Amino acid sequence: MPFIPHTEEDVREMLAAIGAPDIDALFDEIPATLRCGKLKQLPQAMSEMEVAGLMSARAHQDGAPVCFIGAGAYDHHIPAAVWQLASRGEFYTAYTPYQAEASQGTLQVLYEFQSMMAALTGMDLSNTSLYDGATALAEAVLMAVRANRKSKSRRVLMPRTVHPAYRRVVQTIVGKQGIELVELPFDPAGGHTDPAVLAAFDGQDIAALVIPQPNYFGVLEEVDALTDWAHTNRALAIAVVNPVALAVLNPPGEWGQQGADICCGEGQPLGAPLSSGGPYFGFMCCRQKLVRQMPGRIVGCTRDLDGKVGYTLTLQAREQHIRRSKATSNICTNQGLMATAATIHMALLGSEGLERVAAACHANTRSLVQRLGTIAGVAPLFHRPVFHEQVLRLPISADGVLDQLSELDLLGGLDLSRDYPELGDAILVCATEKRTEPEMDDFQQKLQMILTC
Amino acid sequence: MSDVLDELRYCSTHEWVSSVDKGVVSIGITDHAQDQLGDLVFVELPEVGQVFEAEGECAVVESVKAASDIYSPVSGEVVEVNEALMDSPELVNDDPYGDGWLFKIRITDETELDNLLDADGYREVADA
Amino acid sequence: MLIYQQSRRGRRAAAQAPLQQGDLSGIPETFRRKQRADLPQVSEMQTVRHYTRLSQQNFSIDTQFYPLGSCTMKYNPRGCNTLAMLPNLLARHPEAPADHSQGFMACLYELQEMLKEVTGMQAVSLSPAAGAQGEFAGVAMIRAYHEARGDAARTEILVPDAAHGTNPASAVMCGYTVREIPSGPDGDVDVEALRKVVGPQTAGIMLTNPSTLGVFDRRIEEIASLVHEAGGLLYYDGANLNAILGKVRPGDMGCDVIHVNLHKTFSTPHGGGGPGAGPVGVSKRLQPYLPVPMVAQSEGQYRWLTEGDCPESIGRLSAFAGNAGILLRAYIYACMLGGEGMERVAEYSTLNANYMLKRLMDAGFDAAYPERRATHEFILTLHKQAKQLGVNTMDFAKRLLDYGFHAPTTYFPLLVPECLLIEPTETESREELDGFIEALCSIKQEAEENPELVKGAPYNLPVKRLDDVRAARELDLVWKSDKNT
Repeated sequence: MPFIPHTEEDVREMLAAIGAPDIDALFDEIPATLRCGKLKQLPQAMSEMEVAGLMSARAHQDGAPVCFIGAGAYDHHIPAAVWQLASRGEFYTAYTPYQAEASQGTLQVLYEFQSMMAALTGMDLSNTSLYDGATALAEAVLMAVRANRKSKSRRVLMPRTVHPAYRRVVQTIVGKQGIELVELPFDPAGGHTDPAVLAAFDGQDIAALVIPQPNYFGVLEEVDALTDWAHTNRALAIAVVNPVALAVLNPPGEWGQQGADICCGEGQPLGAPLSSGGPYFGFMCCRQKLVRQMPGRIVGCTRDLDGKVGYTLTLQAREQHIRRSKATSNICTNQGLMATAATIHMALLGSEGLERVAAACHANTRSLVQRLGTIAGVAPLFHRPVFHEQVLRLPISADGVLDQLSELDLLGGLDLSRDYPELGDAILVCATEKRTEPEMDDFQQKLQMILTC
Repeated sequence: MSDVLDELRYCSTHEWVSSVDKGVVSIGITDHAQDQLGDLVFVELPEVGQVFEAEGECAVVESVKAASDIYSPVSGEVVEVNEALMDSPELVNDDPYGDGWLFKIRITDETELDNLLDADGYREVADA
Repeated sequence: MLIYQQSRRGRRAAAQAPLQQGDLSGIPETFRRKQRADLPQVSEMQTVRHYTRLSQQNFSIDTQFYPLGSCTMKYNPRGCNTLAMLPNLLARHPEAPADHSQGFMACLYELQEMLKEVTGMQAVSLSPAAGAQGEFAGVAMIRAYHEARGDAARTEILVPDAAHGTNPASAVMCGYTVREIPSGPDGDVDVEALRKVVGPQTAGIMLTNPSTLGVFDRRIEEIASLVHEAGGLLYYDGANLNAILGKVRPGDMGCDVIHVNLHKTFSTPHGGGGPGAGPVGVSKRLQPYLPVPMVAQSEGQYRWLTEGDCPESIGRLSAFAGNAGILLRAYIYACMLGGEGMERVAEYSTLNANYMLKRLMDAGFDAAYPERRATHEFILTLHKQAKQLGVNTMDFAKRLLDYGFHAPTTYFPLLVPECLLIEPTETESREELDGFIEALCSIKQEAEENPELVKGAPYNLPVKRLDDVRAARELDLVWKSDKNT
């Protein structure tokens, strides 16, 4: 029997020990009327070999197009060691480290993870992960509203330059608790949130301001001015950042006069494959004084009976298994293995390696934009500096162009018309460090061909 | 056997209240309560000036494996909180009726004290 | 030793990053980082050795029996991992167009269909990233349903006192207040108590059946009709689905909405804390509210159902489509089990649990519900040992680690004092169960003869018992290079 080791003799003797005539008798407390028959709609069992054939065919069917889409998920090189180590059974098949003494491996990795994330973001501390960047932002909004005792309004300012899917997720998750998300428009020339738009909210009761860096368009925001406005207006500043970008960009802990209060984001660029959108991991860092409002698991360093250093889950009284309806969040299972991979990824690259990755992405995207910009009717839409993504205007409808590129086995960017109809025929493109000169030349030629047809 | 002091009044939710001194009472948790919770690691205190109804949630005491809400035994305004607990929550374990007090309230209605348990009444609760 | 303590200025794993330093001149100085982040500076071999050694300080399913109650720590087939990590599957961008996604979407669509069949629900969305997010989605759908009917008076969710902490926490995140329902002395929900509190303010009840008390609630139909008659809905927490797979279907019990923990019942790895996946299934009346995205099929073509297709959806729960890689692992597992294999899951996990319970009771341990049949898990209470010998459940748990077994769940559910919640799963052999039973018996004897020995455990692990009071009082959450070592 697949994955069941029992022999007929085992079953016989075990039933005898229990004093039951057969296995079915073990279900005698379930009302007979509820028992279902055979599960007829399920397929017949397949052998591993048969499933391997099926999955190979399916994977082959989807192909391996060259990817110039970013939009929240980035095609970075992942060192071979990352997943060879993270896939070790001792990491892969353990669970939440409830028994600390038997989980020092996972616990120490997570302590190192917290340390690295705090260093990268310039914040005081970090939790051990949330589901993804979007849910991390939702949790950050909830946390800010809880923590900001000076504010009674439950109003949070959300720039339209934040990833549209993130904004939808935040609405889904926080909307049921009477939190109002107020959208901030973006500057049509710069593609950024002009700090001047905040003047309309001067003196109003605002719980928090969300500040993306870079924003969804790849554009760099005026993070210092935005952070300072938040603090002047007794709002908390929530940073949403790309962790690879932080290798070269000013970290949220140093934004403005006082730094951001909470920093969150999508951890995928740190060692998680694109993998159709998940599993990734959300990260969250904050100021020391907010630690008790932080959702999710946190690992602390302590000592054992002999005074030896060891690690354990701590501050658990914030969490649902103790605090129940008054917990900081309902999260239980998180994305621990992805955080493990990220820790190994960051250790291997170090800050210099990450900086090289970030710089290569930035340079590649500029180079791509320059190439595509030679095509008539194709040009950057916003004039402000970007990290590793850029919005390009096309002379004709974007979806048709992208479909044709896809047929040529090239994913040429994301059509922005669905989420930003006001931008017209515009696409968001990204060239990570993995994209080569020939691939970019190829993109240019294919796009030119399509547009001149 | 945990200590129950004769001169205090008690709630069945394990808070104690001192006798009134110039309109103000001190409030803490009982020896029995701290014993049940184990080593406290954090105490979340109300802010001075906050006003509570009797039985209103006003503080939280946390141990490693539990968090327990503290209910105000009487109505009134918080006039002082025990700042020492911020750095030394273990005071509640070491001296629940002394240095481990939580906060002081200017009591609105002294007759509310009559609704509370006396020492014998609380001993029955604690032993149950 | 931390990776940071092995760091040396100027050392790095140079092959891992681009060899050329890219041009950053497009980013003005004002936006630039002034000082590099303090990440470790180590070689590739140091990194590999460090994390290999750390892995060896873990207990895991691959190395130990791991009977953590309510967590279903069954074997995670290697084939599921290998096949879910085929290069094209890992490289697929979440925004890849449909013509480059048909193979992937076929897997998801078929998984949706399989989950519908095993749960008896009308429709399934795979998007929740974990059980707790599935709960959130489920309660949000209940809320959307009442709101759509203009029924604003329903403000309360009922939760039995044995429930996982995620249940009340999820209900509160959906804006509900929580009312707890006590369990009766036999472990079933106290129906009389329920009858008293159910009413026009009841939005629904969240029920785990079998419950975390390791028993099947025999009065489930009565509970369902009580809540339904009052206009409330029935939420089924699938945390313990392993116990009833192929035997009873939540849809047949009258449940309106359920979630399934794929990292439990469908054997996807737990990863040291996650990722998991918590798909939700619903009855017909809740179908319009399912979270997006989902996969639809017509004429052999698969396409995404998103906000535009599902205007009444509660919305999106993650930026893309949830934990896709986990969904693929569950799909592959389901393919290898087939219908018959799924029925065997409940049969053999229940056989294992009842066998252990009987043998442990014979050995003098106290069951929390000795009159009841165990489901796929059961509870022992060490109340007697704690009181008479001063050796508590935590001491037993720590001593089990010395014997090479991961401890069962301790001190949960909260209403059974000094409890051990033991879930062997179907993938453990009889010899493994016998070894664990013998270890528990030996510890019991040790507790009687030399309680200090048990109270000092563990002795054979990388660290002795850790001071978690110190961890919480003197918070040390990040390494700082200037900190004294």
